[in-house]
Amino acid sequence: MTAILVLPPVIALLALALLRWPAIQRRVSIGGGGLLALAAVNLAFGLEPGEIRVWVLGGWPAPLGIVWVADRLAAALVAVAAFVGAAALVAASAGHDEARQHPLWHPLAHLLLWAVCGAFLTGDLFNLFVWFEVMLMASFVLMALGGGRERLEGAVKYVAMNLISSVLFLCGCGILYGVCGTLNAADLARVIGARPEPAVLAGGGCLLAAFLLKSAAFPLFAWLPASYHTTTPATAALFSALLTKVGVYAVLRLTVTVMPIAETPLQPLLLWLSLATMVVGVLGAATQMELKRILAFHIISQVGYMLLGIALGSAPALAAAAFYLIHHIIVKSNLFLIAGLAAAQGGSDDVRRLGGLRQHPALYAGFIIAAGSLAGLPPLSGFFAKLATVRAASELAQWTAVVVALLVGFFTLYSMLKIHREVFAKDAPSSPAAASTGSGSALVAIVGLAAVTVGIGIAAGTLWRWALSVGAELAARTPYITAVLGGPR
Amino acid sequence: MNVVLALLVGVLVAAGTWLVLQPRLLHLVLGLGLLGHAANLLVFAAGGARPGIDPAFAPGGSLPAQAADPLPQALILTAIVIGFGATAFVLGLAWRAFRELGDDHLPSWRGSEPPLEDEQTEPRR
Repeated sequence: MTAILVLPPVIALLALALLRWPAIQRRVSIGGGGLLALAAVNLAFGLEPGEIRVWVLGGWPAPLGIVWVADRLAAALVAVAAFVGAAALVAASAGHDEARQHPLWHPLAHLLLWAVCGAFLTGDLFNLFVWFEVMLMASFVLMALGGGRERLEGAVKYVAMNLISSVLFLCGCGILYGVCGTLNAADLARVIGARPEPAVLAGGGCLLAAFLLKSAAFPLFAWLPASYHTTTPATAALFSALLTKVGVYAVLRLTVTVMPIAETPLQPLLLWLSLATMVVGVLGAATQMELKRILAFHIISQVGYMLLGIALGSAPALAAAAFYLIHHIIVKSNLFLIAGLAAAQGGSDDVRRLGGLRQHPALYAGFIIAAGSLAGLPPLSGFFAKLATVRAASELAQWTAVVVALLVGFFTLYSMLKIHREVFAKDAPSSPAAASTGSGSALVAIVGLAAVTVGIGIAAGTLWRWALSVGAELAARTPYITAVLGGPR
Repeated sequence: MNVVLALLVGVLVAAGTWLVLQPRLLHLVLGLGLLGHAANLLVFAAGGARPGIDPAFAPGGSLPAQAADPLPQALILTAIVIGFGATAFVLGLAWRAFRELGDDHLPSWRGSEPPLEDEQTEPRR
């Protein structure tokens, strides 16, 4: 775990020192990203079933000291995030990607990865706040990098909304500390118990609002489609894969581990918000005609599926949410890389002005796999994620959720078919713009991510059994508390 | 004391919210700053600040029996530093955006939004 928390800042500093030598900087940065991915995969696969690894910073034991907690969900998410990060680092050196021109891109990307890993692994609420801020600062600069009207405009909206969410986060921390006298997640969980009192709900509600804003849930989602599409493909891949998912993970930790919402008014609220998020996102996507905007709206609707799993709260539902998180991080970043390359090949971001890209076999295959998975076509990873979510909802007799989830899946398919028809199947409307050269590294990243998507589809049974035991561990709560605080007290 | 703090937090949140909802860019920046201050004060109140008790440590470094909880103060210090950095970045970004867009009237910033219904009939050139 030490390697994961130490490596990114070291690589970021190295990349900063190599600002004047971009070719060497890119190699060092990609190598560093690969090392991080290796360390993270090593951690994720090194955990025995039911094992929760705790690292005590500076030897100060919990709840006074700051602890790092790697349960199997956190470790798996760190591994997937590091892998996607490495893919984005590779894709960023493609010729069509503006990120290539900015020597500051690589240091900032490592800073972002560092913050994401920290947020997944921390066992302390205020520490999570600090990681969120590191993540935000890195993403603010990454988003505004390069300037230009649209990008600056999107960046102001993104920054404003996220700072408001930080304020809510801090208020929530303050209230919870005032009531419970601790901010350690496990200690909070022990103090709060199974039925949170109203004052705890007030603080937790502030936190929930902050996390939902970060995960772009209904009704606080408008900042996402207003800003993500202005970024470069590699930046969009990083953002779409990681930022909202850290928000979803924080919602999961809060509402399952720290403050169980099962018997509080927050549970139906979260359920309905998740359904609204799914519907609004997918309908927004259906009306859009620009590639990256369509995909940005789909982030919102997919976040709804994960929130639905969390809101249902049963062990299989939490397993579905965990499965969905892992599948989605990979598919979404891949789709943004594909959209970036397709827009560069066709010289436009508007699907009506694109076409004929079926002649580009690797890109086409990558799109079929990623889009099919997003829409939930068997035997790809998204099918199993959606199946698990719907089945968990039907087991709890939440028939509205079942119907909405199936309908939203249908509309997702519609949107993906729209992209397929316009961008790939139909002929190019005019003589295609000069195909950009040097996009090979983006293709490497696209094919690598697509291979993982197929792999998840093939190994779905194994992954599902893993997810089920993770879901049971999350729902039980006590393993986490015992691992951090050391036995019942 | 806590009533005073609570009222102050309320006033700051109200003023901050009002400023954030204004159409001008600078108002937005100032509003975000005020909201940040409100959150800091709220954490401070959570630390049990009351008149007549020592802030954290008595002179000489001993910890008196009647002292405010020092942890929220450490949290606020962290939050103030982060807030300062964020405000500095937002000011820089706002200045840059104002220069590039040539206007600070936020509702007219629609270049990064999904196009409106009547704009959508033709692909944008």
